[in-house]
Amino acid sequence: MPNLEHPAYPAATLLQLESLVPCRESQVSMLLSIFGERQQFSFPSIFIYGHTSSGKTYVMQTLLNTLELPHVFVNCVEYFTSRLLLEEILIQLQSCSSETEQTSHVPCDTFNDFVRLFKQAVASRELQDQTLYIVLDRAEQLREMEANILPAFLRLQELTDRNVTVVLLSEIVWELFRPNTGCFEPFTLYFPDYSIGHLQKILSQNHPPEYSADFYAAYINILLGVFYMVCRDLKELQHLAVLNFSKYCEPVVRGEANERDTRKLWKNIEPHLKKAMQTVYLREVSSSQWERLQRDNGEPGQLKGLSAHTHVELPYYSKFLLIAAYLASYNPVRTDKRFFLKHHGKIRKTNFMKKHEKTSNHLLGPKPFPLDRLLAILYSIVDNRVTATANIFSQITSLVTLQLLSVVDHNNQLDGPRYKCIVSLDFIRAVARFLQVLTVHGEVIFTAEKELLCRYNQINFKTVNFDIIKYLYDFL
Amino acid sequence: FREGNNDSEDTDLRFVICQSLWKQVKSETEQIQEDLNKQLFDNLVSFLRRSHSEFQEKTTKWTCWMKSREIPTAALVLGVNVTDHDLTFRSLSEVLQNSITPYIALLEAKDCPGIKNLMQKLMGQLMNCSIDVNSLEDEDYLQVSQNRIRCSMTSLINWYESVTKKTDSETPSKKRTSSPRQWQSPPVVVIFKDMESFTTKVLQDFIVISSQHIHELPLVLIFGIATSPMIIHSLLPHSVSSLLCIELFQSLSCKDHLSTIIDKLLLTAQFPFKLGEKVLQVLINLFLYHDFSVQNFIKGFQLCIVEHFYSQPLSVLCCQLVDAKKKVNYFSHNQCENIRRLPSFRRYVESQASEKQIALLTVDDFLKETTQKLLEDLHVYHENYVSVLRCLHVLTSSLPKYPLGKQIRELHCACLENQVWETEEYESSLQLARMLNKSDLVTMLQRCVEIFVSSSGKEFGKTVEKLKEFLTQFQKLEAEAFQEQDVSVSSQKELQKTTDLYHLQKTLLELKESRRSKKLSKFEMLRSEVVDYIDSLVRSYLVPADHKTLHEVVYFNTASVLREHLNAAPRIALHTALNNPYCYLKNRALKSDGGSISNKAPDICIVYKLHLECGRLINLVDWLEAFSTVVMAAEGSNADGASSDQVDDIIHARFIRAVSELELLGFIKPSKQKTDHVARLTWGGC
Repeated sequence: MPNLEHPAYPAATLLQLESLVPCRESQVSMLLSIFGERQQFSFPSIFIYGHTSSGKTYVMQTLLNTLELPHVFVNCVEYFTSRLLLEEILIQLQSCSSETEQTSHVPCDTFNDFVRLFKQAVASRELQDQTLYIVLDRAEQLREMEANILPAFLRLQELTDRNVTVVLLSEIVWELFRPNTGCFEPFTLYFPDYSIGHLQKILSQNHPPEYSADFYAAYINILLGVFYMVCRDLKELQHLAVLNFSKYCEPVVRGEANERDTRKLWKNIEPHLKKAMQTVYLREVSSSQWERLQRDNGEPGQLKGLSAHTHVELPYYSKFLLIAAYLASYNPVRTDKRFFLKHHGKIRKTNFMKKHEKTSNHLLGPKPFPLDRLLAILYSIVDNRVTATANIFSQITSLVTLQLLSVVDHNNQLDGPRYKCIVSLDFIRAVARFLQVLTVHGEVIFTAEKELLCRYNQINFKTVNFDIIKYLYDFL
Repeated sequence: FREGNNDSEDTDLRFVICQSLWKQVKSETEQIQEDLNKQLFDNLVSFLRRSHSEFQEKTTKWTCWMKSREIPTAALVLGVNVTDHDLTFRSLSEVLQNSITPYIALLEAKDCPGIKNLMQKLMGQLMNCSIDVNSLEDEDYLQVSQNRIRCSMTSLINWYESVTKKTDSETPSKKRTSSPRQWQSPPVVVIFKDMESFTTKVLQDFIVISSQHIHELPLVLIFGIATSPMIIHSLLPHSVSSLLCIELFQSLSCKDHLSTIIDKLLLTAQFPFKLGEKVLQVLINLFLYHDFSVQNFIKGFQLCIVEHFYSQPLSVLCCQLVDAKKKVNYFSHNQCENIRRLPSFRRYVESQASEKQIALLTVDDFLKETTQKLLEDLHVYHENYVSVLRCLHVLTSSLPKYPLGKQIRELHCACLENQVWETEEYESSLQLARMLNKSDLVTMLQRCVEIFVSSSGKEFGKTVEKLKEFLTQFQKLEAEAFQEQDVSVSSQKELQKTTDLYHLQKTLLELKESRRSKKLSKFEMLRSEVVDYIDSLVRSYLVPADHKTLHEVVYFNTASVLREHLNAAPRIALHTALNNPYCYLKNRALKSDGGSISNKAPDICIVYKLHLECGRLINLVDWLEAFSTVVMAAEGSNADGASSDQVDDIIHARFIRAVSELELLGFIKPSKQKTDHVARLTWGGC
């Protein structure tokens, strides 16, 4: 591993820096060599990219802080408009210069204003001879702002004629940034993902004070063995490590095993970690609930995850509306006659199943349908008379707000709105299952609650599911 | 209230009664709502307390600074009855304001199309509520309004710091009752009312931003979810949802909510006003079939009250018994006649002896006396009805397959409709009840005793005694059974002595037989006795209300009115308006004779009727010609020469106006498939 060396900075600071940024030495030394000495002009703009939590932000922050370089650090997601972004940079500039009188708020609407105000701000500082660094985190957001922002930041040095370097941090590659009109090409630097060895090293570094480093490193080893397959996110791994550590320590605390007894400890923790992978990692169970569970020593099975509550209770007609919408979305229009007409006549199967329609409609996704078709199907699957009251129409809209249906053509409401049903087959089957069928004198009546109709004497109970599969073209 | 009533002397009085009754009902429902939500709110409050305790303690433990920053989030699953949510959230924010934090922001999806609007809304609400807290400082307000231009998280944090510092300095002087620790940094609660409607990007951005500042700003999110918590995963990618620490809270299902409301509003003697069977059925069907909304149910109930007091002149008696009796004394002759006109009263008169009949029909004072007596009867009937109904429900709800329904409301409907003991379901349920096992029967009896003891009816002293007697008999039986068991044990011991296999078998069989016939018969007898007794109770007390005299006073039974008001049918209304304009315009000339198209109707009606005869695409020229023929028919013979080839300009203009009106109403639209054609948007005459 190359030791960090640079003539401009004292060796002690560099050594400290090196200890703070493990596994990123080569990138840091590269950056240092680009930055040069304090007063030297550096490259106008640097673009750093790499996958999530590959240490981009952390490295930049520690580098600038330990070397005490003047800098401004801005997150582009937080300052979502160009105006907010530019103003934030100016405010940070003012606050890091020593004279703090100019706290008055200066509006800065355009980049032109920004360049002018930036010059003023830098001129008032005593550190004119140092390079100023502007770090823009999550720089991909810049693309959504005005078209001139990104190119202008790239050549800020040239525009302001000051000693300034703009550093862009992003998770995506530079090629996706490049505007059509062309711009100044920044110096790009790639931060590769941490390897498993790197992760092990970094995670073991922050061991709790009560336990030895070796003990914690062994724990991290087990943890990585379980989680490395699904998650390489350093932050997430650290979070999981902290959550489950107390469980790992349990045998040691109880005195059943000592710190060296790795096998025993492994046996204790392994099923626990597997459980965690299914629940906490997916955020099915919140971490605080997980912690409480560990404290109480309960079975993880007691806690139902978020996905366990899938059942949605719907009013009677809403269920039918949803089913009708589903049928309308997935059945071709010409098959409606066959499914919903009592005397549809003989339709020959070869004719009916056209060759080019062999691909399942469920693979193609839902198709839009007009409102009238939805109502027509509704009338035919509900046997008792339904009147098109305002209640039915308002139920359609409320299904849209519940994200069970979606409106396709939004522009003209009067023009016969078109909908799509956006629930899954499993969901619709669950809805259909709760509908029960009653037979009255041989005729079939659907009802949501059989008790409702039980006051009529002539009813024989027969609970049959509304078999939606029978009505679906794909499953013929 | 005045119009439509002949005797207007007591309209004011009726109005007053109606108002006070509604006020009572409203406060009752609100109370119920509060009680039902209490559990949920308590859980939420404790969650909020817990969520930022670490933040407040400022612990520097290893685990704390190692853990990644998660925003505590409550996922509140409220069910699909979106109309009720508003009230829930309002009371929730009230509760939170009183117990946890003054800083609450309620966000709705329609206000937040972008992250910018969201921040603006958020800051607006938070900073306003801070002003509520220290309402005196006007300069502060000015400063805030200046600041409002910059809607970013930093300004929010600055505001939060300044506000918390201020309250810090205030706490010692004011000596708040709540613990000071909570006041140092109360969490900021942001409630997303309708999680489903928010756009993904806005939510993601907001969560990412606030997670960066969670150390400076103790934020708690509450997601209001109408469908299922799965929506969180479908809205947020893992990178964002990993920033949240989600706990799930489930509110009471709206069906349970409705049952409680019905239980407390209808099945009590507390409110004099009652719903008839059909009306109740309409309201319940609306609830189950359409919206699941308890609010709407209560609104329907309100409508019933208003309608009842409006349409029924004798509803003046629909109040507490004591007041009603007093009012009867002051009745005028007119009102007495009203009573005589009631069908139920006529039936009563007919059943009396002839001299009494004459007295009832002619002497007002005698009538008043009888009315008072009858009212009292009705009141007692209600009291008894409720307790016996509950008792019967206890019995039937434990039966398999629920022949009389699972919920008490269904039983109530059945009892109101006709004589329940004549129905098939009642028969079958009694048969099933005769097969209950002992422990079920005993617990059932105990619950019945409880119901009768708690009820206010005076006649139930004897019933309670009888039921208790049954219970003691059961206990006796149990004791006997124990003894018998002892006997059988001893006989088993004897059995062990005998070694012959054949004998053993024989004795065993004998033993079994004797046990079955002897012991079960005793129990069975008692059981059938109990069931018969309950049957007699039902027959004497659960008489349907419309068999009672003067039931019209308190029962509202005109379901058709209610249905008309609650089930709006816009398409049908529009169709009748255009097809049969007489229905709304009441113009004699328009009274059409059916199929033919009258030329006196408004232009749009003519055009509409003509378009009903066409297919999906309508040729405008043909349409115009048909229109002009119809219109010209009025002018008669003198016009026929001109209309043959040239259409009048005025008629042309009228036609164009009518067609564009139809287009505005959404019946047709210009089509691009064929020139000079319009497309129909409705099918087959609605």
